[in-house]
Amino acid sequence: MGEDGGERKNGFMKGALSKCRQADRILPALTVVVIIALWEWVVRIFSISPGVLPPPSRVAAALWGLAKSGVLFDYTVASLFRVTWGYFLAVAAAVPIGMFLGLWPLGRAVFNPIIQFLRPISPLAWIPLAILWLGIGDKPAVFLIFLAVFFPMLVCVMGSVAGIKVTYFRIAQNFGLTGYRLYTKVVLPAALPEIVVGLRITLGTAWLVIVAAEMIAVKSGLGYLIVDARNSLRMDRVIGGMVVIGIIGLALDRIIRRLETLPSVRWKRMQR
Amino acid sequence: MNKIEVKGLYKAYSDKGRRINGYDECRLPEGSTVLHDINLSIKRRSFTCFVGPSGCGKSTLLRIMAGFEHPTKGWVFIDGMPVNGPSPRHIFVFQEDGLLPWMTTRENVALGVRDIKDSDERRRRIIEYIELVGLKGFEDHYPHELSGGMRRRAEVARALITNPDILFMDEPFGALDFLTRLQMREEMINVHMMFDTTILFITHDIDEAIQLGDQIVILSERPTNLRADIPLAFPHPRDFTKGGLAALRRDIYFQMGIHTAL
Repeated sequence: MGEDGGERKNGFMKGALSKCRQADRILPALTVVVIIALWEWVVRIFSISPGVLPPPSRVAAALWGLAKSGVLFDYTVASLFRVTWGYFLAVAAAVPIGMFLGLWPLGRAVFNPIIQFLRPISPLAWIPLAILWLGIGDKPAVFLIFLAVFFPMLVCVMGSVAGIKVTYFRIAQNFGLTGYRLYTKVVLPAALPEIVVGLRITLGTAWLVIVAAEMIAVKSGLGYLIVDARNSLRMDRVIGGMVVIGIIGLALDRIIRRLETLPSVRWKRMQR
Repeated sequence: MNKIEVKGLYKAYSDKGRRINGYDECRLPEGSTVLHDINLSIKRRSFTCFVGPSGCGKSTLLRIMAGFEHPTKGWVFIDGMPVNGPSPRHIFVFQEDGLLPWMTTRENVALGVRDIKDSDERRRRIIEYIELVGLKGFEDHYPHELSGGMRRRAEVARALITNPDILFMDEPFGALDFLTRLQMREEMINVHMMFDTTILFITHDIDEAIQLGDQIVILSERPTNLRADIPLAFPHPRDFTKGGLAALRRDIYFQMGIHTAL
């Protein structure tokens, strides 16, 4: 393996990659511009009523209005606050429980039927009970997020821990890693790549559910913004709300994708 | 007293669950006997090579001796004490994937010196052993950034740093290319001279066994039994194309079922 040749090849690869990167950035932006232009054009050419489909210019104006009054910011914060709490509580519960059950076949056999029974029930089906038990406000919304994240995350952690190679456990045994160290040095890092995939998927789910929950249980948040705008027949605000939800969902995904590039997560992909 | 005594060892697999989390174990029909009455003694500081037809017998025997698996019947004694689990004094070198892939070379090697309290001393020893196996400059590389031979070296460093009493090696160089394999053999001979370690080495390569071992154990097909236990008192370097070693080599090939001289 000539180091020199390796270097040169690396340099070449980097050049090709950065070209790819540029295209990667320009093409999606171009798509967005084209879609918006097409939308505006269709609305004007067929003179569609703004009550049915407002053009993007109107949506932007509505969003600007909401932003100026501070409502948009307050509602976004309210939604993010609920998602953050529900998501972190669920992850904090699912990871240790999942690791424990993943290593304990008997426990898995006992609890798996309950988990598999509760998992397919949509969190939204819990809304009546959530309001009944926790009242109106942030608590039922956080509870719904918790449910939406907890079960898929638990199944993911359980599966990834149960699938850890025996060799890794043997190495741990051989070098006397037991108890707490076994978990931090072997079990968690071995399962981490799959856990991160779970984190990413469930964050998307959480964002999906919060909007639906806010349509019913609370009087703030981006979900509420949409319901409120519908009641006053402001379709420009409805679509504006949808746009903001989409952008934040995208941003959350971008942030959590960073986790996938950490060396302690990347090893699994690099192995193949 | 012999270092390791194996007495009347049997191993049969019957449970279905066993294979679910076992990547490295072979697939066998249910209820099959793998080891059938193995009796063996291994001297202190010896280099014992195990050869035999492909199948699971060799690896299973080694894993039982290392304490990772329990025999169905019979005993393994190390220093006169029955084995009932793995020990940090008896290090196992795996066929492949023996490094923890989320740890760098340094972190992997550090697993072997966890009992040294002084962190400067620990660091010094880690560097020393990484240099010993020729991995200087690769301390902070992850296993997937190393070549196959380098990974093996890192694993050997992790094993040697513990100054192990026994080294169990399960076809450690099987996946390497020919030249790297020869190089690793040479280094194993050095290791055997430098360290006060009893080495048990599985290989499917008879020439490798002849070059390395001072005892060669030939196992039969499943249900595995001892076919021969040959002491080798030839000095290194060994040329197996001439003299007594050549005759022995022919004999071993013959015992393994290769009847015409190749």
